[in-house]
Amino acid sequence: MGLISFLKRKFGKHSAEEEQKIIDAETDRREQIQQKKAEKIQQQIDKPVQVIGDFGQVVKNPCPDDLKKAEEEAIKNRPKQIEIKSHEEIKKEVVVETEETKKAVTKYVAGLDKSRLGFTDKLNRLAHSHRKVNKEYLDALEAILFEADVSYDIIVDVLKEISQIATDKDVPPDEVNDILIDKLFISYANDGDSFSTDLNFAKNGPTVVFICGVNGSGKTTTIAKLAYKYKNRGKKILLVAADTFRSGAVEQLEIWAKRVGVDIISKPQSDPASLCYDALKKGLEDKYDLIFIDTAGRLQNKKALMDELSKMVRVIHKVIPDAPHEALLVLDANTGQNGIDQALVFLTSAPLTGIVVTKMDGTSKGGIILSIRHRLGLPVRFIGLGEKMDDLEEFDLDKYLYGLLIGKENDK
Amino acid sequence: MAFEALGDRLSGIIKKIRGQATLTEKNMDDMLQEVRRALLEADVNYSVVSGFISEVKEEAIGQKVLNKVSPGDMVVKIVHDKMETLLGAGDNDICFRLDGKPTVIMMVGLQGTGKTTSAAKLGNLFERKNHKRILLGALDIYRPAAIDQLINLGLKCDPAIDTYFDRSGTLPPQIAKAAYEKAVKEKYDILILDTAGRLEIDEKLMQELKDIQSTVHVDETLLTVDAMVGQNATNVALTFSQTIKITGLIMTKLDGDSRGGAALSIKKMTGLPIKYAGVGEKMEDLENFHPDRMASRILGMGDIVSLVEEVQAKLDEKQAEKTSRRMMNGQFDLTDMLSIMKQMNKLGPLGKIMRMLPGVPKLSEEQMEQAQALLKKTEVIINSMTREERRSPNIIKSSRKLRIAHGSGSTPSEVTKLIESFENMKKQMTMMKNNPMLMSRFGRK
Ligand SMILES: Nc1nc2c(ncn2[C@@H]2O[C@H](COP(=O)(O)OP(=O)(O)OP(=O)(O)O)[C@@H](O)[C@H]2O)c(=O)[nH]1
Ligand SMILES: [Mg+2]
Repeated sequence: MGLISFLKRKFGKHSAEEEQKIIDAETDRREQIQQKKAEKIQQQIDKPVQVIGDFGQVVKNPCPDDLKKAEEEAIKNRPKQIEIKSHEEIKKEVVVETEETKKAVTKYVAGLDKSRLGFTDKLNRLAHSHRKVNKEYLDALEAILFEADVSYDIIVDVLKEISQIATDKDVPPDEVNDILIDKLFISYANDGDSFSTDLNFAKNGPTVVFICGVNGSGKTTTIAKLAYKYKNRGKKILLVAADTFRSGAVEQLEIWAKRVGVDIISKPQSDPASLCYDALKKGLEDKYDLIFIDTAGRLQNKKALMDELSKMVRVIHKVIPDAPHEALLVLDANTGQNGIDQALVFLTSAPLTGIVVTKMDGTSKGGIILSIRHRLGLPVRFIGLGEKMDDLEEFDLDKYLYGLLIGKENDK
Repeated sequence: MAFEALGDRLSGIIKKIRGQATLTEKNMDDMLQEVRRALLEADVNYSVVSGFISEVKEEAIGQKVLNKVSPGDMVVKIVHDKMETLLGAGDNDICFRLDGKPTVIMMVGLQGTGKTTSAAKLGNLFERKNHKRILLGALDIYRPAAIDQLINLGLKCDPAIDTYFDRSGTLPPQIAKAAYEKAVKEKYDILILDTAGRLEIDEKLMQELKDIQSTVHVDETLLTVDAMVGQNATNVALTFSQTIKITGLIMTKLDGDSRGGAALSIKKMTGLPIKYAGVGEKMEDLENFHPDRMASRILGMGDIVSLVEEVQAKLDEKQAEKTSRRMMNGQFDLTDMLSIMKQMNKLGPLGKIMRMLPGVPKLSEEQMEQAQALLKKTEVIINSMTREERRSPNIIKSSRKLRIAHGSGSTPSEVTKLIESFENMKKQMTMMKNNPMLMSRFGRK
């Protein structure tokens, strides 16, 4: 089944009978993913340990001194095995989630309203205006992809495949579009890793979440949103105003702390690493569940500032050896081709565990989400859909794709 | 990361068409394909790229490939010049009011693009350079602590800049009005209004900007654009400029390593002039916008130029070897001097890249141009000499001097100066000869 029809079936309106079929299909899909995941983990167990942050050639370990320790940690924390759920258990989950999902998807549909107009509508219009896939058609496809900020290499690869298929098999335009979308998203969709985007909590003691990114990407607001989300889940939360540099940054986080109703630690103009130290000590002493560290915005080509970042990570690591449990890079959805560079360089300075894409409520198409996945293998964990504290959603690929590709059209 | 690739990719292609007499659709195609890729990777808007490339093609086809210039070099030059003109055309100055009323400038843009910082930097610039009295107006009542940020930035300037603010829940158009009245009453020259970041499709907030513009007379409305922005920048800027009156742009975060192609697309689509460039987080980090630098940056041009020069340098290598050997033997003459000067001048374009890197002392435009002009002049003068004269410049006395000056369109004193600097250089060479460490740097690569 193509992705589009899959999504329509998953989120659209259905008869009871159809609904049952969908739930079965989804259960099967999950079972397959579970299988894949189990295999992957088995492979990992069989394979020698790779130290955190070690990502291919590009990324060096952020703190070589601690390499040994990190390695030991990694061995200790290595997944031992995966819990295998039975078909029935999975099915039960699916039924419950299907209900919840239908509610949650409306937020995605509304939030991505403007992005969709540029992307899917153009695709549809293109399919309607052409009867054959020719060079002109492929050029137009290329334009649509570029305008969505999908990275150059991906576009070249995908289009090559598509034109091959189209010429070999003489496929009509609307089917070509479906194939295109499958090609773009299916590898993403089939990867079980992007399944849960909840924070990865420490086994015991406070969970430390480290937030970084370039200037103005939405770090501070994201922290407020995350704090709000987890406060509602009953967590005791501490915010750390470690952006001690930018004017008004501490005040900004203080106001958010007050609005959300959580604690904050700050020390204007101090060294951010030493503030992290104090904050983590406090976190341990006063038994906080979650510590969010806000850092100053920095452009990734500024060596000194990036070094400052890894110094903070080292200090955090020293106080709580398995922290930061999460290091999230905050990326603005408006970012163009530079986004990949950003992620690559930030990866060398902090042990990133995922990405938050902000400002998805705007008109940009957020092609960055795709490129990041293809190039870095880092999961998108949350997306920002506005400026209020409840405008944060856990990233759910299917909902996102439904919001981006189909949206309201299905209800008509 | 920002300045790689295009040069490398072009090099192969340039080699392929070297030796062909004219630029044709065929031999340019590969090259333009690479230029196109460079533009797309620089985030220039897709449709702008297509238009731009076909214009370049039209202009380049049929041009003769000059003897000394490689065809690749030529195409790149056409592209570069075209882009520079496109980026630069328009009125880049802020006009201050002459009627005694305060000039009002308003900053607008998407969230997180750098409005607040740019507002304060502009204030700092006008205070320092134009000796104006500045008042900042804090109209971002939405983002937490945006007001504090502006106040603090104003205080960082020297002398400190005042900020008008109102935390009592008054709406931005009314705050703008009150700020303007204060500016008039207290004789501030310039009022700079910082507004909240907003999506261009947020009707309510866009209406707010219109209301501000109809409450006070805003002379300049500047849209801030983040240099890292992708393809959508064009739509954003278009919508902004169609909804409210915009007079120009500020490109921010140009100290990063993004190529900033949005500058080209926005300029092309809206015609709005780019007035300033933000190049850092400090108050002084705001510059006038330089279209030539931006063009090089978008193209990754520094690379291309140095690459083309590398090819040329290969040809020069023999000459350089000869020169250095002669230098070591103390046989240095005017021809050698010219060859050395040419080598050094190749630093020119490299200097251009250097200027864009943070932390590198900046060579002024003027200094660069002077160096270029001097080289040209020297070359013409030396070319008007006989072989004999080049070898032993000491024989150049008054009548020869006159002839050379005449032949090269210069004055006798310029010829004298050249010979003097030659003698100087020769003296230094002799000193260097006795310093093997230094000498080795002049040896072959
Ligand atoms: N529309 C929209 N705006 C957002 C979103 N997230 C953040 N913003 C806005 O973007 C602007 C910058 O956000 P901040 O959270 O201050 O960004 P930051 O990364 O902390 O900025 P610096 O600390 O200055 O580097 C603010 O105006 C936010 O309200 C989002 O998801 N959607
Ligand atoms: Mg911040």
